[in-house]
Amino acid sequence: MRRLVGVVAWFSAILFFAPVAWMVLTSLHSESDAATNPPSLGAGLTLQGYEEFFGASTGQSPWPPLINSFSASIGSTIIVLLLAIPAAYALSIKKVEKWTDVMFFFLSTKMLPVVAGLLPIYLVAQFTGMLDNISFLVILYTSMNLPIAVWLMRSFLAEVPPEILEAASIDGAGLITTLRRVVAPIAMPGIAATALICFIFSWNELLFARVLTGVVAGTAPVFLTGFVTSQGLFLAKVCAAATVVSLPVLIAGFAAQDKLVQGLSLGAVK
Amino acid sequence: MTSFSSRRVARVAAAALVAVGVTACSGAGGGGSTADGQSINVLMVNNPQMQDIQKLTADNFTKQTGIKVNYTVLPENDVRDKISQDFSSQAGQYDVATISNYETPIYAKNNWLAPLDDFIAKDSGFDQNDILEPIRQSLTAEDGKVYAEPFYGESSFLMYRKDVFDAKNLTMPEKPTWQQVADLAAQVDGAEPGMKGICLRGQPGWGQVMAPLTTVVNTFGGTWFTKDWQAQVNSPEFKEATKFYVDLVRAHGEAGAPQAGFAECLNNMTQGKVAMWYDATVAAGLLEANDSPVKGKLAFAQAPVVKTDASQWLYTWAFGVQKASKKQDNAWKFISWASGKDYEKLVGTSLGWSKVPDGKRSSTYQNPDYLAAGSSFAKQAEAAIKGAKPTDPGVQPRPASGIQFVGIPEFTDLGTQVSQQISSAIAGSTSVDDALNAGQALAEKVAEKYRAK
Repeated sequence: MRRLVGVVAWFSAILFFAPVAWMVLTSLHSESDAATNPPSLGAGLTLQGYEEFFGASTGQSPWPPLINSFSASIGSTIIVLLLAIPAAYALSIKKVEKWTDVMFFFLSTKMLPVVAGLLPIYLVAQFTGMLDNISFLVILYTSMNLPIAVWLMRSFLAEVPPEILEAASIDGAGLITTLRRVVAPIAMPGIAATALICFIFSWNELLFARVLTGVVAGTAPVFLTGFVTSQGLFLAKVCAAATVVSLPVLIAGFAAQDKLVQGLSLGAVK
Repeated sequence: MTSFSSRRVARVAAAALVAVGVTACSGAGGGGSTADGQSINVLMVNNPQMQDIQKLTADNFTKQTGIKVNYTVLPENDVRDKISQDFSSQAGQYDVATISNYETPIYAKNNWLAPLDDFIAKDSGFDQNDILEPIRQSLTAEDGKVYAEPFYGESSFLMYRKDVFDAKNLTMPEKPTWQQVADLAAQVDGAEPGMKGICLRGQPGWGQVMAPLTTVVNTFGGTWFTKDWQAQVNSPEFKEATKFYVDLVRAHGEAGAPQAGFAECLNNMTQGKVAMWYDATVAAGLLEANDSPVKGKLAFAQAPVVKTDASQWLYTWAFGVQKASKKQDNAWKFISWASGKDYEKLVGTSLGWSKVPDGKRSSTYQNPDYLAAGSSFAKQAEAAIKGAKPTDPGVQPRPASGIQFVGIPEFTDLGTQVSQQISSAIAGSTSVDDALNAGQALAEKVAEKYRAK
């Protein structure tokens, strides 16, 4: 039985990893090798795709879009956490009245399909002069991720034993001190998991970024799609670009791995 | 809650403000537009010629004029969405955008483009009369004004492997008929291991399978609409042409035909998986490029015909100026440089003559350096573009201009929906009759609208 589980685990791991491996391998091939059918797995390796990503044939630097993506993702994640932690506190530890209704309200904001809001948001951006402005994306990503973050943080904060909070209160700790010195350390794995999820969602967002940005505020996913062409080959270039653009998320994931495992299994064992 | 002092609230609020402040700048790209207006924003489709101009701009155009050019490059479908979004709302984010001869008359009619005639008149070096007649015509709107200048132009022709034909003792007529092409496709099918007879696009999309197929329909005597807006998609001629196309590609066409577009066919041709290919003339420069494995093995014939004298299409990517742009003078300076004669020479001398954005000026075809590099195809491509008749592409009068498309805004949707049916017919999951009957219903809805006008 254990062997079977092992085999299944390995099989699914390989199944999930195969597309990533294919992407990395293709990114190291030349364009003509990348386009063959069946794929030429053993073809010679080259860094041409990466040179193209860094502007070898167009002179366009990938750094501005990458920096834009960092600003939008990190900026919105910080604001989301600053808002979501107090909100979650008020929904789990010191519950407000009708807190279940509030939770449902947060969830209901995710029910409208994103694309349905696209045109009104575009018009708002145009009238307020916020088109092609990265701050607008920060606001959007904040509002898109906030409900998820509140839900996640609420379940993490609900794990904080009330006895500890009582003890803190007896020792004279106020709200901010309690949040900072008692709740935050216990909930840290949860905060890390929430932050990472918000970061990934913002980093990968394409629809709004494509429509609302233009010359200066384009993010990395928009820049990535720019390598697709209807005349000529592009698979290797796009794979190289996709590999580079996925790196920050991978690095963030590895860096937060310990906290993540704790965070995601919080409350799993009681 | 007593300790929840206002000082602490202020501290949290300050932290939030810092977080916003970090990102309050408008973005990191491009450097933005400077106060003196010495920069323009250009939105382009990502084709190889556009990659070249990105590379050459800073050291040439910007150095000469002091105008910085901020490029945004997107794939074809995305760029169309983005342009229509920015231009229809006249948001003015982009001063210049690449539009084709399909969009130009429609956009001009909608008042989204700035007319260029005054700029042309003042710019003696530009030489508007050097632009090939059909291209110039197709970028002039109903009001007689010029609204875009071509970056490069293309028509369609038949490309084939001369070495394979020679080995089999076959000859391609200079102006073949479709029946001859079908017979030749059967004979060269399998001429080399894994080689198919002909590559024809089968990928859904009004600009994919619909483009070559509509030229076949034209020469078989069919049309999308009659002059008085009657839909003709399931007429006998349209049906005969589509059956011919679908049968040919199913019998002797490339593997994976229902998904094959320009890029896939280019790849098939480069790798020797097909012996013939009917497609855009710009493909010739890519097939004859220095790193192409089939360089020197190719020959070129005019677009195959049936009932018409000629059946090639006409297409151009051109630069148009948004009406809302506040930098139209600088925008024209850019267009004058990019669409000008000197830019072609610059590309020829710095990147190679096979990379010249050609097919738009008659002077290109008098340049000995260019002719030497494109000796196998230059004359045929020039003849194809010069002979294209956008206002009279078939056997009957048309209600709107366009050869491989109908020049109405509804055509992108209509063409794409019909193309999905035809792509399924190529895949064998539906019949041509069913596909075209469904197409007729869609086309009739569009026709009804125009009849009511």
